[in-house]
Amino acid sequence: MSIELKDVEHLAGLARIAVSDSEKEVLRKDLEDILAYVSQVKEVAAEMGSPEAGELHNVMREDEGAHEGGVFTEDILSQAPAREGNRLSVKKIL
Amino acid sequence: MDIKNLTIKEAHEMLISKKMSVLELAEAVLKVAEDTRDLNAYLEIFDDVRAQAEVAQKMIDEGRATMMTGIPVAMKDNILIKGRIVSASSKMLENYRATYDAGVTKKLREAGAIFVGRTNMDEFAMGGSTETSAFGVTKNPHDLTRVPGGSSGGSAAALAANAALGALGTDTGGSIRQPASFCGVVGLKPTYGSVSRSGLMAMASSLDQAGPFAKTVEDAEIIFDCIKGHDPMDSTSYPDDMARKDFGKPRVIGVPTEFVHAKGVDPRVLKNFEESLEAMKKEGYEVKEISLPTLAHGLSVYYILMPAEVSSNLARLDGVRYGYHADGANLLEDYMKSRGEGFGREVRRRILLGTYVLSSGYYDAYYGRARAVQEKLKQDLALAFKDVDIIATPTAPTPAFKIGEKSSDPLAMYLADIFTVPVNIAGVPAISIPCGIVEEEGSKLPLGIQFIAPHFGESVLFAAGKDFEKTQKSNII
Repeated sequence: MSIELKDVEHLAGLARIAVSDSEKEVLRKDLEDILAYVSQVKEVAAEMGSPEAGELHNVMREDEGAHEGGVFTEDILSQAPAREGNRLSVKKIL
Repeated sequence: MDIKNLTIKEAHEMLISKKMSVLELAEAVLKVAEDTRDLNAYLEIFDDVRAQAEVAQKMIDEGRATMMTGIPVAMKDNILIKGRIVSASSKMLENYRATYDAGVTKKLREAGAIFVGRTNMDEFAMGGSTETSAFGVTKNPHDLTRVPGGSSGGSAAALAANAALGALGTDTGGSIRQPASFCGVVGLKPTYGSVSRSGLMAMASSLDQAGPFAKTVEDAEIIFDCIKGHDPMDSTSYPDDMARKDFGKPRVIGVPTEFVHAKGVDPRVLKNFEESLEAMKKEGYEVKEISLPTLAHGLSVYYILMPAEVSSNLARLDGVRYGYHADGANLLEDYMKSRGEGFGREVRRRILLGTYVLSSGYYDAYYGRARAVQEKLKQDLALAFKDVDIIATPTAPTPAFKIGEKSSDPLAMYLADIFTVPVNIAGVPAISIPCGIVEEEGSKLPLGIQFIAPHFGESVLFAAGKDFEKTQKSNII
């Protein structure tokens, strides 16, 4: 599995992580080595025939018992980097 | 007061019989914690320990004490305590204050335990040495040039240095058991779903589990009994009645010999492991060789599933709602810079790896196949447990390594998890217990043995663990 610098740039863009030029080559090699190692699952899975992932079942509870509005607002918003009143503040996107 | 070798059990008896006050115990622990600051085990020692001690003393005086009342514990820095900074040892959350208590925090608080402080860890629990912490490495109390293991290295080191009587960590691929092994203490990774994950910072949600560090198996059991149980705030928490299966007394130990003799395992570790098995035979256990070839694929499965979950779990850290914020020219640049600067190198690497294995065109080849092999591993393990009561392996392939030795080679670091990772992949419980030492360059380095049990089989681990401890009396460090 060969990973190229442009793959690293693409992944960093998808993950919204700025990566310096000097780090790109290090990441490229690390990803290549790790992917080469973990690729053994492909062979194992192939030997197993047509394997199925585990059974799925619903783990969600009913949407009920809501708390009173506003009781956590200040605790949570006090952690925001920027706010306007009871709203998070971000740069305009349009 | 000398708190070296003081167990939770003994401390409890002294507190109840009024031979010692909670404040005396807390002061003794605080003094050790201050005296061992150079280990960098604690990121913060809380300023309200004495006030907490008063609350606990009142519980004892009023006859409301539990086994954990007045017991000073260390908390890994990814477990929420309302109002306290909880940073996951990341620049991203350096100043973040928890807005609620974790499930395990609530249980310990209600039991009257005392939170001494928050302990250093690998950033967002990603690492096996605490070297990825944004706040410096923790040193191993047995040799200051070596790592304490990780990711819960601070908790293990604090306990080993007697700067707490017990500690909590989290274990996604070995992050409790491996540092327990490196620091010479007991570490338990409970059955997935038996201890609430509410209020633990998620790394890989399908694998994460909180658990105790303790000086003895009995102490680990005391902490586990306090923190276990169903929590409606965690949708993967099991109903209590599912955990009530009676396993009886363990008698047969299975050893996956081929797997244990994998490449890269220190011959001294193997020799010690054989001796440990012999000791268990003398205690009346039958040791049986078993073949579990899928165990060897655990690490590959892990390094696909874990980064996949990491990449989605850590997407919430965007520099907008909480945590580190770096300003760019527009919102996209805000995201890119906040995440690029806030996350350390190992975290960035795993997010990119996870993004890769989940991306269109590769999802089936990696994530899909890894999930399939995970199912196979679970089935093979369930089959093995028809013949044996527990499975034994060394906890780690080597004793504690030198600070810096593996930090530039991620794959070498990942291989240190080879024996612990399959346990998380299968969701079963496992315990690491000190099993002797090796001498290297004048230092006495602890080793650990790992016992693995079927789902909800913690009682089997405690029974076998206590028997094993009896064989180790001459080996106590």
